[in-house]
Amino acid sequence: MSQPSLSEALRGVVRRDLLLAMRHRSDVAMSVFFVVIVASLFPLGVGPEPAVLRTIASGVLWVTALLACLLSLGRLFTADYLDGVLEQTLLIPQPLAVLVVGKVFSHWVISGLPVVLLSPLLGLQFGLSGESLGVLTLSLLLGTPTLSMIGAIGAALTLGLRGSGLLVALLVLPLFIPVLIFGAGAVSSSLAGIGSEANLSLLGACFLLSLAFAPWATAVALRIALE
Amino acid sequence: MFQTVALSGSRGERRLFSDVNVTVKPGTLLAVVGENGSGKTSFLRMLCGLLSPDGGEILWQGNNIRKLKELYSAQLTYVGHLNGIKDELTPVENLKVSACLAGDESSGGVVQKALEAVGLGRAVHRLPTRVLSQGQKRRVTLARLWLSTRPLWLLDEPFASLDAAATSYLTQQIQSHLSRGGMVVVATHQEIDLPPDCIQHLRLTQ
Amino acid sequence: MSTTGINWFKYSSPQAIYPLAGRMIPWFAAVAVGVIAIGLYIGFFVAPTDATQGDAYRIIFVHVPAAWMSMFLYVIMAIWAGIGLGLNARPSFMMAQAIAPTGAMFTFLALFTGSMWGKPTWGAWWVWDARLTSELILLFQYIGIILLRSSIDDLRRADRASAVLALVGVINVPIIYFSVKWWNTLHQGASVTITAAPTMAGSMVTAMLIMMVGFWMYSFAVTLARMRCVIVERERQPSWGKPASIPDVVEAR
Repeated sequence: MSQPSLSEALRGVVRRDLLLAMRHRSDVAMSVFFVVIVASLFPLGVGPEPAVLRTIASGVLWVTALLACLLSLGRLFTADYLDGVLEQTLLIPQPLAVLVVGKVFSHWVISGLPVVLLSPLLGLQFGLSGESLGVLTLSLLLGTPTLSMIGAIGAALTLGLRGSGLLVALLVLPLFIPVLIFGAGAVSSSLAGIGSEANLSLLGACFLLSLAFAPWATAVALRIALE
Repeated sequence: MFQTVALSGSRGERRLFSDVNVTVKPGTLLAVVGENGSGKTSFLRMLCGLLSPDGGEILWQGNNIRKLKELYSAQLTYVGHLNGIKDELTPVENLKVSACLAGDESSGGVVQKALEAVGLGRAVHRLPTRVLSQGQKRRVTLARLWLSTRPLWLLDEPFASLDAAATSYLTQQIQSHLSRGGMVVVATHQEIDLPPDCIQHLRLTQ
Repeated sequence: MSTTGINWFKYSSPQAIYPLAGRMIPWFAAVAVGVIAIGLYIGFFVAPTDATQGDAYRIIFVHVPAAWMSMFLYVIMAIWAGIGLGLNARPSFMMAQAIAPTGAMFTFLALFTGSMWGKPTWGAWWVWDARLTSELILLFQYIGIILLRSSIDDLRRADRASAVLALVGVINVPIIYFSVKWWNTLHQGASVTITAAPTMAGSMVTAMLIMMVGFWMYSFAVTLARMRCVIVERERQPSWGKPASIPDVVEAR
């Protein structure tokens, strides 16, 4: 009786998803361009005053990251659901919640990490500098995995439903609010010179909490969706 | 030994079958037959543990599979109605990943041998699966059975879209699995060319 | 399931709940009307006029109990959902389904009365107060649960998926409340906090509690009535309770 070790199974899931992403490099590029374009629209709408841009920077960039994550959620399970790979994943003799962490991790590498890497550049566009740029990047680095983790619950719940793209937004966006508040808060408090440690550690706490609960809820939701 | 006790199942609000009692002994095959929509696929998915029964239980070596969970998943290979392979990956990559996730040997040589056993020549090994025909894709999926070391095979319409040659390869592979003491449950419309003393039929009616 | 002599599950089948609920609804409804009338009377005529806010504050006799109810009902809905998932019990899912619209209604009522109170008190229909904002997010969550249920055709999946969402929400509500509060202190300049008058007269507290009892009774009546609708709706499904076909097993051995 063959059984993969936990790390073997986890690595297998991650490797397949990253391999697929390599074959679909344009998908990755799309979410990056989405972020760039949306972020560039705000100065055009709000006006070019550096002081205004600096105050809205954290909010705008965080909301953009949120939307980018949301848009890519459809890719998380849908393809696997349609071609039967998800069914086989459920039958892997290892805890599904752990395999979900693997899927979410590769989703984050594809859709979240590029945004994090790009954020210093976008911050410059909005007149952020020095420390606040660093805080922005760090906050996104801590926050975007949480977004992917929470988003996975919504993606699993709406798997295969008609109009699931819109529905997943309605379900998931309210759950994103704490991350948005702490993430954007970290940047604004660093701009205000009152230190961002508190917000950043709360983001870290959100991450740990979502790591503890979200994969489990996602696993339950996936089993429900595949019944 | 694999057993269902008073198993009943439904899809949506429609009752598909009830009070199914079957026992699959090592070295035997259970052929699940019935018209389209009679619940063959649901029955098989239930045996996998993907679908929960309305009533009754499924026993593996006398233990309910709901309690065994991952221990039970480690006993079975399921070939579903969907192929479970990625169009963007090559047959070799697909098979390597699924063997690795099953905990089977996934070295290049073993995987290539399995693909050749289902009649897929080296020419197609490195092509994306997307460009293969329906029957070839099915063969890639079924090649997993040549790598599987698990005792229980659950096959949903394995012969669909296979040609005569592939059908006979698969029948031979099933037979050698049975002769090693394996168990097979097949949902099918076709007669399976195996000695009748190792086959039992379960007919699902509406 | 039941180890004691009483078979509790006898009372938990939809067939048993339907007539029982039917008998209980008129009582709950009558008590609700009476209690709410008394509560409003005390609130509007007995309770003293507030020194700083005048009579405008009297909306809190609806606002505060409605806000309490919105949270109570969410937690109760999540508990039913959890029971449903844990025991695979259909009536608990039906209960969760029946509670959701009432909960959403109270949340909306709390928001609506909150903004009516806000206009004379702070001169704005909406302020980003922590409690008001959390209440708004709670409304989004209720709507999400109702929408998710209605967009899934398969009843079993609809039940279970919305149950998972309700449970996820119950973990989130306190986090959201806390985060919004945190956010609020960060942006102190723009915010006004709603705090009930620090020294509340005894009759104010009484009126609020009576109103809450009335709202509870109302919720019971409405939820049970909706429960009956849900049962009827599901009973209509074709194969419910009918004998199913029996497959024949042919042994070829």
